Amino acid sequence: MTHFAIETKDLSRIYKIRGNKKEKQIRKELVALENVNLTVERGELFGLLGPNGAGKTTLIKILTTLLAPTSGWARVAGYDVTQHPNLVRPRINMVSGGESSGYGLLTVRENLWMFSQFYGMPSKEANQRIVELLKMVGLEDRIHTKSSDLSTGLRQKMNIVRGFLTDPEVLFLDEPTLGLDVGAARDVRKLIRTWVDTSPLPSGEGKGEGRRTLLLTTHYMVEAEELCDRVAIINKGRVLACDTPANLKRNLQRDAIFEIETSPLNGLTSQILQDQPEVKKAALTDIEGGARLELILKEEAALASVINILTQKEIKVKRLTKREPTLEDVFMDLVGQKMEEVEKEEAPHAG
Amino acid sequence: MNRSETTRSFTMATWLGWQVESNWTDPFLFAIYVIIKPLASAAILVVMYSIITGGAYESPLFPYIYLGNAFYTYVGAVMAGVSWAVIDDREHYKTLKYMYIAPINIPFYWLGRGVSRFLIGTVAVIVILTAGVLFLNVPLDLTQVNWGLFIVSLLLGVTMLAMMGLILASITLMVAHHFFLIGEAVAGALYLFSGAIFPLEVLPAWLRPIGYAMPITYWLELMRRSLIGDVAQAFPTLAQYSNLQLLGILLGLTVIFAVASVFTFRWCDYRARELGLIDRVSNY
Repeated sequence: MTHFAIETKDLSRIYKIRGNKKEKQIRKELVALENVNLTVERGELFGLLGPNGAGKTTLIKILTTLLAPTSGWARVAGYDVTQHPNLVRPRINMVSGGESSGYGLLTVRENLWMFSQFYGMPSKEANQRIVELLKMVGLEDRIHTKSSDLSTGLRQKMNIVRGFLTDPEVLFLDEPTLGLDVGAARDVRKLIRTWVDTSPLPSGEGKGEGRRTLLLTTHYMVEAEELCDRVAIINKGRVLACDTPANLKRNLQRDAIFEIETSPLNGLTSQILQDQPEVKKAALTDIEGGARLELILKEEAALASVINILTQKEIKVKRLTKREPTLEDVFMDLVGQKMEEVEKEEAPHAG
Repeated sequence: MNRSETTRSFTMATWLGWQVESNWTDPFLFAIYVIIKPLASAAILVVMYSIITGGAYESPLFPYIYLGNAFYTYVGAVMAGVSWAVIDDREHYKTLKYMYIAPINIPFYWLGRGVSRFLIGTVAVIVILTAGVLFLNVPLDLTQVNWGLFIVSLLLGVTMLAMMGLILASITLMVAHHFFLIGEAVAGALYLFSGAIFPLEVLPAWLRPIGYAMPITYWLELMRRSLIGDVAQAFPTLAQYSNLQLLGILLGLTVIFAVASVFTFRWCDYRARELGLIDRVSNY
């Protein structure tokens, strides 16, 4: 058996979108995934990091057998998702964040128990595990509450428990902390890390067989950085980089990264800054009473030319910080924009 | 086919279906609802019949209509029950994708979801028949019922309706939310063509083939014959066929619909994955 929990080769997905009533015959194509090649080892906590609309959910849908790829192939737990979906399904589970799915007329316990039965779990074992997991996410006092009476956040916690309940070989979490408050998100991250770390086999044994694998999609940089063993950065359906968070950041460590808070920008654009030879990337964000500049410079000395431009434009520097690279900087370096800027641009086309 | 997977898909779906159908109110109100609803719908038909015929309850037409209407309850209940599960899971509970990635047999899951409506439909049929015997002189004598024919016809008929429901469920997978009444719409359309409330001879000649092609027509005739044999045979529709011949036709059409349901499911399932429809919620 392959030691990869997930394997994709030239995986692509193109959606054909029909036009509106007037343009019914015109079919547009939307490339959601383009030649994605990924391997995730068994026992790995792997992150897919990218803005909304990057193709993360499409990839998860293909890997969980919900969607057929347009070309290429994917294997999960050693089985081709298109050829052998019936062998893939008993080995996986999936939770989508930011939604409140579930049968509102059933209690939390009933919802979870029912899904455990669909997976063929012995009832007694399922009930024990339901209690354990609900305790871990702080939902044990709601075990007999009808799920329609739960808040959206608590319902999302219930769904996260549903994913872990069947103890799958490969678990897919699509934006699991989306919409959760800080405390709830922390509980969920803790559960994720604990679940992967307490694999049935100790680390390094048996080429990873029997170890739990988790693929997590997120657009929260901190989450990816905190949780993931490796991260793939994805944008517009293409994987731009894939490595450990430390290695991804290491590539930027030769660069100097600055964050500058200024007075209003007086017509300054990021392009003006990027036209400077030593400025690799520049991003501007409006903040209360001024703006924030995030700069990736080829060398620290280039800061002088940036300050010079600010002075010429009569922009005051309120605060200047040099900092270590983050995954946000890695994304900006790869894409040329901050993730939130990409999301703003993509928002009108999203759907 | 994995037997345990099929069994657990069906049994758990049956459990879930029952919870969804019955858990929305307290048991007393639910019991009232289950009894009142079919009585009210039967009453509409009885009042209409009474006005048109001047209260000719002794005419053989009355038990013909009354029994046809009573057993037609199963058509809506089973067909709509099975297909409704798709819309309910996808649009309302947003769980269809989780069912789809679970190791279950999807057609048996849908069939299981329809069981609760079949059970509620059974109560409705019993209530309507009892009311007919007690208050409307429907000539139903339990000692004269052909129980063997009744049980075989009922089982075969419910299987046939389940297969038709599966075809509708598969099609529902491909359509948006506003087709949520597809099961009941089809059941309603077939009401006119299946000899439920009038013999097929009443229809224009060019419409009759629809009725003769529908297994429901033969099934309703068998149900009437098994319960009130001679009265039903007073009408020309299907009178030339013996009970055995009708059973043979019903069996043949059931097998055809069963095969059609398997192919329809496979095709719709394949297309739904191709088009990414399994978790697509209608946003209007």
